[in-house]
Amino acid sequence: MCLGVPGRVVSIDGDIAQVDFWGVTKAIRLDVIDEPAEPGDYILNHVGFAIRRIPPDDIEATLALYEELIKGDSGDLMTADIQGELAAARAEEGR
Amino acid sequence: MTPALQFRDPERARVLSETLASHARALGRSEPVSVMHVCGSHEQAIAKFGLRASFPSELDVIMGPGCPVCVTDTPEVDEAVALAKQGVRIATYGDMLRVPGSSISLADAMAEGARIDVVYGVVQAAELARQTTDEIVFFASGFETTAVATAAVLLANPPPNLSILSAHKYIPPVMEIVAEMPGSKIEGFLAAGHAATITGWGVFEPFVARHGIPVVVAGFEPLDILAGLVRLVEMIGKHEVRVDNCFPRCVTREGNRAAQDTLWRVFTPHGGMWRGIAHVPNGNLRLRDEFAQWDARRRFSIDMSSLQDRAPAALVAQCQCGDIMSGIASPHDCNLFGKACTPAAPVGACMVSTEGTCRIWHQYGGHPDLRQIRRRA
Repeated sequence: MCLGVPGRVVSIDGDIAQVDFWGVTKAIRLDVIDEPAEPGDYILNHVGFAIRRIPPDDIEATLALYEELIKGDSGDLMTADIQGELAAARAEEGR
Repeated sequence: MTPALQFRDPERARVLSETLASHARALGRSEPVSVMHVCGSHEQAIAKFGLRASFPSELDVIMGPGCPVCVTDTPEVDEAVALAKQGVRIATYGDMLRVPGSSISLADAMAEGARIDVVYGVVQAAELARQTTDEIVFFASGFETTAVATAAVLLANPPPNLSILSAHKYIPPVMEIVAEMPGSKIEGFLAAGHAATITGWGVFEPFVARHGIPVVVAGFEPLDILAGLVRLVEMIGKHEVRVDNCFPRCVTREGNRAAQDTLWRVFTPHGGMWRGIAHVPNGNLRLRDEFAQWDARRRFSIDMSSLQDRAPAALVAQCQCGDIMSGIASPHDCNLFGKACTPAAPVGACMVSTEGTCRIWHQYGGHPDLRQIRRRA
C-alpha cells in the first residue's frame, strides 16, 4: 500500500485527472500532488490520489520496476497489490 | 541494460552489501545492532528479494508497527462490527474484513448477514454513498499518507450519508513508544520514502532530538533499501544523530505542505491504543469537531455490549503480534506461526494483512532470514 502505482496523465479537468495505468483509465484526484501535473506527466497514485509527480528522469526506471512486479506470480504480495489496484480501476472503468 | 536491471545491478548490490558488512563489523559489537523499519512495503521488498540473506550477521533489520491494518485495535474493529450488526453499511479495505475483534470480525458479521462493501479507498466509498440513500460508514485504516485522502474527500463536498470511522494512525509518535520500550535494542530507524514525500523528512527531527536515534528515509527498490541501511549503520557508528534522506528524488525536509494542510484541517492527533503495542499519545487521527457530522462515532450510537457477551476468539491470547510489531519478538518466537495461524486461518492481524510481518514471512517461504539457517548448520 505504501508503494502506490504510477500512471500517465491523459487529460485534466480541474482537480481530476484521467490517468492511464497500463491501458486502464482511472479518475485520479490532483488536490494533494506535490508538483503541478500536466497531460503526459507520470504521477504516483495512492488510494485514488496523486501524491507525487514522478520526475521525468525517474519515469523509465519506475515503470520498469512496476512492469517486472506486474508480470510476477499473482501469489506474490507486491504483485497482488498492484494487480488488485488495476483490477479495481478496471471495474470502475466498466461501470 | 534496462533501467530496472540497472537498479538491481548485481555489481552495485554486491558493493552495497560489502559496504554494509564492513560498516556493521566496524561497530565492533558482540551482539548484532538492531534497526527498525516501519513500512509493510519495505518488509515485502526485503522478503521478496531475499535481502536478509545478504545482510551481515552483525545487523538485525526488524519490521516495526508498519502495518496499519495490523495496529487497528480490537475495540476499533468492535465498533465497526457493532455498527454493521446495527444494520449500517460498512465500506472498508479487503484486509480489514478478517481482522479479529474481541469476539468476531467484519467477515464473520458479513456471514451473519451484515452489509459490508469492500472498496479500494475513500473515493470509492464516497461514490458508493452517492449511489444510494443508505448510510455508508467508511472504516478507515492507514497512516498519515492514506489519511490525507480521507481528509481531501471530506473537504470536497462529501455526500451527506457518508461518515468515517477513523482507525487512521500517525507514525512518528509510535516510533517514540517503540524506542522507549523496555528491552528495545533499536538504534536506528528506516523511514518510508513515499510517506515522507508528504510529511517531509523534517517530521522525524523532534524524534531524533529526543531519543538520539538516527533516521534514514529510503525508497522501496532493493538497492534503495540497501543504500539506506548502509547510511544508517554508518551513522550509528559515527554517532551522527540526525535525519538523512536517501530518497532525495522526491523527499524534501518540508514535504508536501498542501497535503499536510489538508490532513490537519480535518484530523487532530489523539492518544489511543495500537493493537498489542501500547497506548500511543497522539498516535491516532481523530476527526476535528468541525467534521463531527461525518464522524461515525458522533453520528451513531454504537452499542458494543452484544459483542462482549460472546466468547473471545480462539487462540488470541497466545498471539504475539504486539511483541512482533514492537520489535521484541519475531514470528518464529510464536508457537502459532505457520501452524495454528496461517493466511487461510489467521489468528492475529499480522497474518491477515498483506503488509503484516507474519503474512509476509509466511508468504516468502516462512523463513526469509536465511542467515538463521546458516547459523544452525
